[in-house]
Amino acid sequence: MHTEFLMGNAAIARGAIASGLNLVAGYPGTPSTEVLETAAKINDGSFYVEWSVNEKAALELAAGASYSGARTMVTMKQVGLNVASDPLMSLAYIGVKGGMVILVADDPGPISSQTEQDTRTFAAYSKLPCFDPSSVQEAYDMIQEAFEWSEKYHTPVLFRPTTRIDHGYASIAVKDPEEYIKNTPEGFVKDSSKWVIFPRLSNAAHRKIAAREPELSREFSAYVRNGVVRLPRPGFPAIASHGISFAYTMDALQLLGLDLPVLKIATPYPFPEELALQFLKAHKEVLCIEELDPVIERALTYIAGKYHLDVTIRGKLTGDITPAGENTVESVADAIRGFAAKRFSESVDCLDTGASDTDAENPGPNGSRPESSASSSGSVSKAPEVPALPIRPPVLCAGCPHRASFYAVKQAMKGEKTVFCGDIGCYTLGNAMPLDMVDTCLCMGAGLNIAQGIGRIEPDTKCFAFVGDSTFFASAITGVVNAVYNQADMTVVILDNSTTAMTGHQPHPGTGRTMMGQIVDRIDIEAVLRGVGVKTVETVNPLALSEAVDTVKRVALEPGVKAIIFRSPCAVLVKPNPPAAIDPGKCIGCKRCIRELGCPGIVLSEGRVSIESALCTGCGLCRKVCPVQAIS
Amino acid sequence: MNTNILITGVGGQGIVLCSKLIAQTAMKKSIPVMSAETIGMAQKGGSVQSYLRLGEGAYAAMFPKGTADLLLSFEPGEAVRMLPFLKPGGTAVVNTHAIMPTTASLSESAYSGQEMTEYLKKAVRNLVLVDGDSACRKLGSPRALNMVLLGAALQSGALPFTVEEVDGVMRANVRESFWELNSQALRYCK
Repeated sequence: MHTEFLMGNAAIARGAIASGLNLVAGYPGTPSTEVLETAAKINDGSFYVEWSVNEKAALELAAGASYSGARTMVTMKQVGLNVASDPLMSLAYIGVKGGMVILVADDPGPISSQTEQDTRTFAAYSKLPCFDPSSVQEAYDMIQEAFEWSEKYHTPVLFRPTTRIDHGYASIAVKDPEEYIKNTPEGFVKDSSKWVIFPRLSNAAHRKIAAREPELSREFSAYVRNGVVRLPRPGFPAIASHGISFAYTMDALQLLGLDLPVLKIATPYPFPEELALQFLKAHKEVLCIEELDPVIERALTYIAGKYHLDVTIRGKLTGDITPAGENTVESVADAIRGFAAKRFSESVDCLDTGASDTDAENPGPNGSRPESSASSSGSVSKAPEVPALPIRPPVLCAGCPHRASFYAVKQAMKGEKTVFCGDIGCYTLGNAMPLDMVDTCLCMGAGLNIAQGIGRIEPDTKCFAFVGDSTFFASAITGVVNAVYNQADMTVVILDNSTTAMTGHQPHPGTGRTMMGQIVDRIDIEAVLRGVGVKTVETVNPLALSEAVDTVKRVALEPGVKAIIFRSPCAVLVKPNPPAAIDPGKCIGCKRCIRELGCPGIVLSEGRVSIESALCTGCGLCRKVCPVQAIS
Repeated sequence: MNTNILITGVGGQGIVLCSKLIAQTAMKKSIPVMSAETIGMAQKGGSVQSYLRLGEGAYAAMFPKGTADLLLSFEPGEAVRMLPFLKPGGTAVVNTHAIMPTTASLSESAYSGQEMTEYLKKAVRNLVLVDGDSACRKLGSPRALNMVLLGAALQSGALPFTVEEVDGVMRANVRESFWELNSQALRYCK
């Protein structure tokens, strides 16, 4: 054992490798991406790593390896689990031989996702054991235990950290390589009564899973990661929590100077009922502090009803905890303060360590606590007024080729009735003003089919579907097939920057690189489109603006499904050109460059248009937009 | 007892490396450390915060408002935004060079960095203002900014490290071609 400063996702990868990992596959998605990237970076050749084309492919690949006795891990974000849910639901019945951990990173907020879905709820739905770590150290330890549980019960298991665990860093104790487990897979052993899903097998498997649930629940009640932190104090209010919210709870109790018992739930499914029962018996009121779904709250409410317990369960369902978004130490402290004071006024004296005394001496604008600063008088009246703060919404980078692509389509389609369907990736940011070029965005690969659907109802509208290169391979090809065969009329625009940019530049089948370090034949997007029957496919560099505009005008007029590939590499990955320069003698201050493009590289400085040379990549787009050739 | 540090600024300013060097220096001195970065959807140009906690007994890296011992801000507007996190009597080290967001250019409502620093002067007792722009010009590289500010924070006494300790860790973590520049930058504020 030694100590290292590791990111949560790196710790998870290291824990999996220490468990004798043989194969890891996944699809990039914030906040899960660094798990697979870390594994690939430190791979000594002892296991196989792949960025699969999507989460479904990754999970099926790992299933095959686990059937063969390999220890495998699959990585994805929570919405990726929706894509992988088809094989997952069946695999829950079939089971595995080698240990299989499905890492699904949840994103409370959401910070970088479409939904706030909770993988703990998915665990109950798919009836798969679920592990929910509350710190970086625990993530490292628990993923190793998850492999053991998986193999013991021959089932895939879910491991679901949230963003603050994935992207948090801590100095943690990790194993030395000599301490790693080595797993040598036996190989696939044919047995059609085991590996071929049929109704009869499914019925029998379902019975086994139902019998397993109470057994696992009993075992989890004794599992060291579940437990009561601080001894039960009969008559005192108590707390139940999980994940990063457990950490916030412990910090909040310290802040409040309170010593309340806390039930920590690390395995939300199967729920450790016996442990929870003993906890509930000792208390009259329990506050559940959770993010995403009220999983613990519902489970405790169920147990209280089942055993006729005289206990009140509070949390999201009672309005004590926010129904959406993240918790913080402050929000948790507020909830505990309100909960404990309301119910146990006799012990309120121990709660009186809040904001009021620290506030008076705080010279800051808002005091130390936002909720109390408004009401406390003396010190605040002396504090200066906070000036208006800059807003920094997410925008496409300076030099991003997507800006040029959107601008070219916008120019070409001026005056036409159009709908622009977007998709998932950096280019969703094309919705920001002044480009305003994303009318819809739903989920990976949806834009193509949505454009078809709008076209069915509004045949006089020119429908466009924008899709990135990685998303194209992940889940848009079937949409093109569907559109072509069913005689849709639309323009498919592939924004090909030759990488998966949003998640930090992972390779995909169009890049010619694999995570095992091989250089391979690229899969050609143009050839794929022609292969599925798209007759007009034109490739153009969007930064060659007038050519790009002409291409859009020409292609969009054709009937049926046609495609434009805008190909230009991600600006973050290529060496920038010298920055643009504005000739102050020529600039007439019309600000057209700013109003049309919204590029962070062009700013107003003391009323004059100027180039932010630290950001400008010299892409030249603004030069083509300037009406008086003042930019060179 | 914990030392809470909040580093803030705009994506692309070198905040993550600065945070990593503080953490690695703590590791070297066997001080437990945890950190968390909040980075929005945009790769560059968005607000970035890095929370660091040094010492025993902490559970979550993201500490509450009013508890930061040190606010190290790479941008004056971001310093004002995160000022509620500073504890009474805490130290703020702030770069005076403002970075205009794209929206300011679009709405023609650019904000003034000076207004921000004037406000900070009134609101913070232990304030160190650093002209990062002129420091980088004198040092010959815009990439020196993070080390200049880290050096100023060390100088203020708000971190439990010496410049020499951080310098050693820096050399173990960045390419040799940057050693000379970073060493000078760490010692720029005296």
